[in-house]
Amino acid sequence: MSYRDWLVGTVVSTTQQTPNAKSIVLDVPGWHGSAAGQHVDVRLTAPDGYSAVRAYSLASTGPGHQVELAVDLIDDGEVSPYLVEELRAGDQLEFRGPIGRWFVWKPEQTAPVQLIAGGSGVVPLLAMIRAHTAAASTVPMRLLYSVRSPADRFFAEELAATTNVDITLVYTREAPDGWPAAPGRVTRDVIAAATTPASENPAVFVCGPTGFVEAVATSLVELGHDPVAVKTERFGGS
Amino acid sequence: MAIFSRGFTGRPREAQPDLPPGQFLTEDFPVLSAGPTPTIAQADWSFTIKTELGATHSWSWDELHALPIEDVHTDIHCVTRWSKLATNWRGVSLDTLFAGVESSYDYVMVHATGGYTTNLPLEDLLDGKAWIATEFEGEPLEPDHGGPARMIVPHLYFWKSTKWVRGITMQRNDSPGFWEQNGYHTYGNPWREERYS
Repeated sequence: MSYRDWLVGTVVSTTQQTPNAKSIVLDVPGWHGSAAGQHVDVRLTAPDGYSAVRAYSLASTGPGHQVELAVDLIDDGEVSPYLVEELRAGDQLEFRGPIGRWFVWKPEQTAPVQLIAGGSGVVPLLAMIRAHTAAASTVPMRLLYSVRSPADRFFAEELAATTNVDITLVYTREAPDGWPAAPGRVTRDVIAAATTPASENPAVFVCGPTGFVEAVATSLVELGHDPVAVKTERFGGS
Repeated sequence: MAIFSRGFTGRPREAQPDLPPGQFLTEDFPVLSAGPTPTIAQADWSFTIKTELGATHSWSWDELHALPIEDVHTDIHCVTRWSKLATNWRGVSLDTLFAGVESSYDYVMVHATGGYTTNLPLEDLLDGKAWIATEFEGEPLEPDHGGPARMIVPHLYFWKSTKWVRGITMQRNDSPGFWEQNGYHTYGNPWREERYS
């Protein structure tokens, strides 16, 4: 059994995360665990044998045979509408993995960690936060999380209850009542004010839509971060 | 044997002979990169081939553009499963660049600004199969797509088409490059679905 073989998971539960997204917990006999930041290929098969495969980041990490994905619905998508709107507890889902060894954080890494997420890009970064918690790591870890509105936060309760990671939220369209900052994008000034400075040589992980990642990564380099220390994962077209 | 997905029908489909297995068509042009997009001025750009004999063959931006520029009309296939059909590029063939290069080695390591590398057999770069491209769809190549110059090797998955390309080092063995060390296939033929190592 290797990560190239297709495994069959059974859906344990699904949870609405945002108006457009759900998380899915599966029980997968034969799963050997994953490192934080890795992804899986998910395969759907129609009655005539036609299949469609897409990659999704894992929110779960570590050993055990329970796996958690979180999926944002893409309006003209082929796989995400099925996963968000159709899939329910008891259904079977085929996937393989874990895949990827670059966009990965391991608890034995000693550099401070700066995570920067846009929208559903928080999913693999949540896996890093969970790995940090599970390892009782003392490495400083921060998250800068950009979302459109309070309702668009993924894993809002879990992040609100997280105490080992310093979390800064940025609302781009609509902030909660009484929020100290007006809604706006993650600019270079926001990054300078709310993230670990380049002088502390952090390992930086940036994940989100292409435009968001391009802007953030460019700002990080302008702020003095070594490009080699900035790992990115982009999704969507340009 | 795949299990069927209750309630899944998929998109309306017709035969797509140009689409390798497991790929879907996209109209836009997704960006995949491991890190920040570098900004490289044309004046600072050069391309160098190094051989085991110690020889180096280098071209500045202007020297590259003094060579014959070819129009390339091709499909491209990304390992993340999107394919884009009938794209148009302009660039210099690797046949032109290798015309004066002597080497007994059969493999290359391609290098990019930022340290990215990818490995290929030399024969996959020759006989009209690879180019140093500087234009995409009639425009100068954008930095996020590898500008000012990227290699294109369109018969392989597109991670083999190095963005921000700076040079080639001949190598004796097919030693793995960056993505190849991080879980991806050493060769990457989309028609055989060589995605992962």
